[in-house]
Amino acid sequence: MAEVSLRKVVKRYDDVEAVRGIDLDIADHEFVVLVGPSGCGKSTTLRMIAGLEEITDGDIAIGGDVVNDVPPKDRDIAMVFQNYALYPHMTVAENMSFALRLQRYPKAEIKSRVEEAARMLDISDLIDRKPKQLSGGQRQRVAMGRAIVRHPKVFLFDEPLSNLDAKLRVQMRIEIKKVHQKVRTTTVYVTHDQVEAMTLADRVVVMNRGRIEQIGTPNELYHNPATRFVAGFIGSPAMNFVPCRLEEAAGKLNLRLTDRLAFPVPAARAARYRNVPPNEKLLLGIRPEHLAEANAHGEPGVEPFETVLDVTEPMGMETLVYFTLEGTQMCGRVSPAAGAREGAPLRLAVDLNNMHLLNEGTGAVL
Amino acid sequence: MTVDAINVSTPRRGSLRSSLKRNRRWALITSYVFLVLFAIFFLTPPYYMIVTSLKSDAEVARMATNPWIVADGITLDQYKLLFTQTDFLIYFKNTAIVTVCVVAITMVVSVLAAFSLGRMKFWGSSILATGIFLTYLVPDTLLFIPLFQIVRSLGLLNSYWSMVLVYPTLTVPFCTWIMIGYFASIPKELDEAAIIDGASWLQTLTRIFIPVALPGLIAATIFAFTASWAQFLYPLVFTTSTDQLVMPVGIITTLIKGDVFNWGQIMTGALLGAAPPLLIYAFLMDYYIAGLTAGATKG
Repeated sequence: MAEVSLRKVVKRYDDVEAVRGIDLDIADHEFVVLVGPSGCGKSTTLRMIAGLEEITDGDIAIGGDVVNDVPPKDRDIAMVFQNYALYPHMTVAENMSFALRLQRYPKAEIKSRVEEAARMLDISDLIDRKPKQLSGGQRQRVAMGRAIVRHPKVFLFDEPLSNLDAKLRVQMRIEIKKVHQKVRTTTVYVTHDQVEAMTLADRVVVMNRGRIEQIGTPNELYHNPATRFVAGFIGSPAMNFVPCRLEEAAGKLNLRLTDRLAFPVPAARAARYRNVPPNEKLLLGIRPEHLAEANAHGEPGVEPFETVLDVTEPMGMETLVYFTLEGTQMCGRVSPAAGAREGAPLRLAVDLNNMHLLNEGTGAVL
Repeated sequence: MTVDAINVSTPRRGSLRSSLKRNRRWALITSYVFLVLFAIFFLTPPYYMIVTSLKSDAEVARMATNPWIVADGITLDQYKLLFTQTDFLIYFKNTAIVTVCVVAITMVVSVLAAFSLGRMKFWGSSILATGIFLTYLVPDTLLFIPLFQIVRSLGLLNSYWSMVLVYPTLTVPFCTWIMIGYFASIPKELDEAAIIDGASWLQTLTRIFIPVALPGLIAATIFAFTASWAQFLYPLVFTTSTDQLVMPVGIITTLIKGDVFNWGQIMTGALLGAAPPLLIYAFLMDYYIAGLTAGATKG
């Protein structure tokens, strides 16, 4: 059993509160990713789980046992660092077996574990090399191998792919996922890259300013964000936010963006927003893929409008279009066949079936 | 860009390149001139020592001959006399014992001190580190009188073991400082990885830090070796008996009798005394430079 649970965990450095009383339960075998911008407290949280940082308040339990005062070596965890942290004077095999040698495991067992991990990570032919003879990707594999051979209760990853180039990062992401599918060890993974978080995690924990903003599966976070921060952080390009207000006319709800531009709220969504006080300052949240070129035949909830494009970014399979709506920069995704050109008008359509309405003051999604 | 513009810009780029070449050539010429001057300046004394050590006493004493060449033919008389007629070998042995002990004590103390001060952050560690370095700044000409009292009270006066006690006060602060700088250049994730792997602080030091910081360790060893090997003031003050003298003092006190200078043997002794540090530098120079500069460049 290797659940990890955090109860009201606080970390304070003098006057600065880096982690502000977070609660988190990670199930056995689960792959949880802590994601957030720099300084949000995600790495500090991971280091507290590892025992590399003392906690100021609260409890951390691994496998049901509170480990607040247990030193890192007795927590039965393994950690992979951003800069690999391989021992430069040891070979790959020596790096991987270091922990087992310290614990005086039998030589045969050490050998078989190292060989098994090396096979799994496809580094069998590198085990006699020193770290400086390896590429970045190979080093990261060795760092993972060093964690795997120990058969720990929990894997901790601290931004392990940040030092790799974009292509290698995608490759290693798949490797990490494969390894987790094989070994099924409970994993806590820290990254600032939301794509990494979405692709790897069973559940994603979005952190901001030392607090947890939202915990959920990647799809839950993407489709049902709880706050403006989560809505803006998850998804690339980011969700568009436009100031708006709700109007009721003849029993129907309308969404007014500008004096000239208003859309009827689809019936499926209207029920949710019925109790929003009139004149409340709101934001319309709409993802770029829900701002596409208008079809000739309209669909319910998909409202066309005219705009002039500022910038276009052809991506091959799609074209990102940027335009300004009442002073707000917006991004949409159109087909390459839509004929989007910079400075030219284009008829777009907003899919309000996928709209989000946020309270401008609190940032909460309604 | 128009054709005219290309035509105009090409010679300008060419002249820039040639002016860079010219600058580089002047820089190189200036460097070589000064390097040659420095080399002559520093190699003249050793050359003079070698030449004098290969002359007979008669030739050394004769003022008429050119002192820069061996005129009467090379002889090893000075070496024979030094080994058979003087206590040079005793001085050499004493110096070697003192130096080996001092280097060993220095390395054990300064590596442990540097590791604890540099890596095991505790209250006051940075002030202590600065304090240790400040002790190095106190000149030994100020220290030898109080140290004389201490050595006498310990009953170590006129014993080369007093050097083993006293020299580390010179070597430990500087070596600790070198090692703190070197340890600081090792990423902190390396000790965190070792701690998570189950290593104790001592295992982290012996199995990770010492092998990784080997160039720094060698640099510190060379410094401790050189400082102990060539120390003059303390042995001059603390030791008097011939059997307790170390080489720098022994050569001066026994080979200068009254106003008679045995130049041939003095030069030979000094030459042989300079050989061990020279050999160590020659073999470990690369490590020495890497060790002294690591902290500065890796941050």
